[in-house]
Amino acid sequence: MTAPLTVRNITIVALLAGLVLLPVYVQIAGDRFVLTLFTRIVILALAAVSLNLILGYGGMMSFGHAAYLGIGGYAVGMLAHEGIYSGFVQWPVALAASALFALTIGALSLRARGVYFIMITLAFAQMAYYLISGFARYGGDDGLTIYKRSQFFEPINLSNKAQFYYICLALLFASIYLIWRLVNSRFGLAVQGARSNDTRMRAIGFPTYRYRLVCFVIAGTLCGLAGALLANFNDFVSPSMMYWTRSGDLIIMVVLGGMGSPFGPLIGAVALLVLEEALSGITEYWQIILGPLLLLVVLFARGGIDGLLMKARAKVGQ
Amino acid sequence: MTLFIEQCLNGLQFGLLLFLLAAGLTLVFGIMDLVNLAHGSLYMVGAYFAATLAAWTGSFVLGAVLALIATLVVGMAVEVIAMRRLYGRDHLDHVLGTFGLILFFDESVRLIWGPAGLSLPLPPWLNTSVQILPGVQYSAYRLAIIVVTLVVAAFLYVLVMRTRIGMLIRAGASNREMVGALGVNIKLLYTLVFGLGAVLAGLAGLMQAPILTVQIGMGENILILAFVITVIGGIGSIRGALVAALLVGFIDTLGRSYLPDLLRMVLSQEAAATAAPALSSMLIYLLMAVVLVVKPEGLFSASHK
Repeated sequence: MTAPLTVRNITIVALLAGLVLLPVYVQIAGDRFVLTLFTRIVILALAAVSLNLILGYGGMMSFGHAAYLGIGGYAVGMLAHEGIYSGFVQWPVALAASALFALTIGALSLRARGVYFIMITLAFAQMAYYLISGFARYGGDDGLTIYKRSQFFEPINLSNKAQFYYICLALLFASIYLIWRLVNSRFGLAVQGARSNDTRMRAIGFPTYRYRLVCFVIAGTLCGLAGALLANFNDFVSPSMMYWTRSGDLIIMVVLGGMGSPFGPLIGAVALLVLEEALSGITEYWQIILGPLLLLVVLFARGGIDGLLMKARAKVGQ
Repeated sequence: MTLFIEQCLNGLQFGLLLFLLAAGLTLVFGIMDLVNLAHGSLYMVGAYFAATLAAWTGSFVLGAVLALIATLVVGMAVEVIAMRRLYGRDHLDHVLGTFGLILFFDESVRLIWGPAGLSLPLPPWLNTSVQILPGVQYSAYRLAIIVVTLVVAAFLYVLVMRTRIGMLIRAGASNREMVGALGVNIKLLYTLVFGLGAVLAGLAGLMQAPILTVQIGMGENILILAFVITVIGGIGSIRGALVAALLVGFIDTLGRSYLPDLLRMVLSQEAAATAAPALSSMLIYLLMAVVLVVKPEGLFSASHK
């Protein structure tokens, strides 16, 4: 089966090829800043991809997704602070801590629906934020500097910028593939069924609460991985990584790119962060433009950028 | 004992202040089915207006009154320009759209007033303490906050339960099409309700301003508390918001002042000093978790009609 040559597919392939070839461009042009910017974009895209699993496919409007960024990041930061640098310890701990947190707050908040769910996930994420701000041993509000990046076996060196970028990119692609497989599996279809009609799914014998909870935990764990990457990228962790506006940013990326589309969150992350970069080059007060722009996207471009690309395909087809 | 009474009054004052915010939030949600994250921005705008207008007129009270009017105008303008288009949309749209508004408001304030905070000094007649019990002194300003919020709460009760407009508000909450079909201008009603919520948020902001500094982002932390309150109280219920706000006010204030001592009884000095600040800021979230386990729809759910 070959994919049809549509505007959407061409754009996505071009974007992926661009991301893969970026370090080559950087090597030729010597533009170090672009590599830093795009490493950050790729890491946050991974977080957005994980949010898309519950938001786009599962219909769970979590407003506390940045909490896992903080938890994953602090797992790396705290272990490094205690002198444990091995990535084989740090990363599994980051994933496990995120999974455990997701399991706890998921078990509580999935009892609630709609607006309650939004507010409860928001409140629990803020709770985690205040909890970490209170740890004086790990820097409290000021954050924690990480002096050594996670260490793996010989050829892998996270301090090498191009190598670190490719590791992040590989993990991002792997996550997109994993989620694509997941949502098209029996499990994923059950979760999507619960989004459309929970009562009916339960009536035909699916324990939807458990399905949704597992989905919630998978998303949280993946975002914890993004947190571990972000900590290594910044060489620094602070509670602001998990402040609620960061959760808002992640939702923006997902919706801007296109909810419930495999590459949507990646497109959204690239679009939002490049736009931020461009606007902040024009004026110091760039958020005064970004804010109303968001409102306009919500009002007039409901399907996000991916939705617009799909429409472009429809027009070509006519 | 003196300290305990003082902390209880602080808890009451904080709780009532939170009630003003939560009432507006829950009113807007109950009637328009709108999740308004920008509610905290109106709280911030109220405080900024009050600080500027009080300095300009030279009178705290006059400045406050003018600030309330200005916040009302801003609130109604926001409703007409943006919020109106969000009614009937998905809650996710509300979250995103109003998140955009927060960015806009924060940045506008930075543009107009600059990044540094403002202060709103109290007039001498409020900046004193009064004797409330033999041997117990308490800040006159905090007492004034308690009195004002109680009056506002009573006013809200009368407005919603005893007046014609309140009747329309309640009717609009249960069936907006029917109220519209009966010839009520539902658009105007919504604008008024949103304006009322804005004024309540602005009032909370300007009353809190002399105690804390007026700064960008001040509305965001307290907005989360207001969310927790509406969740605990049951979304859409003003009575629930009052009970939950008082609960949160007391637990937060008393937790911060007494938890370190309590922990010291069971833990070592050092462990208590580490755990207390983290635990006391978590208390209200734990309360929320407990309420959710027992009653997932909140204490006074308005949705059971």
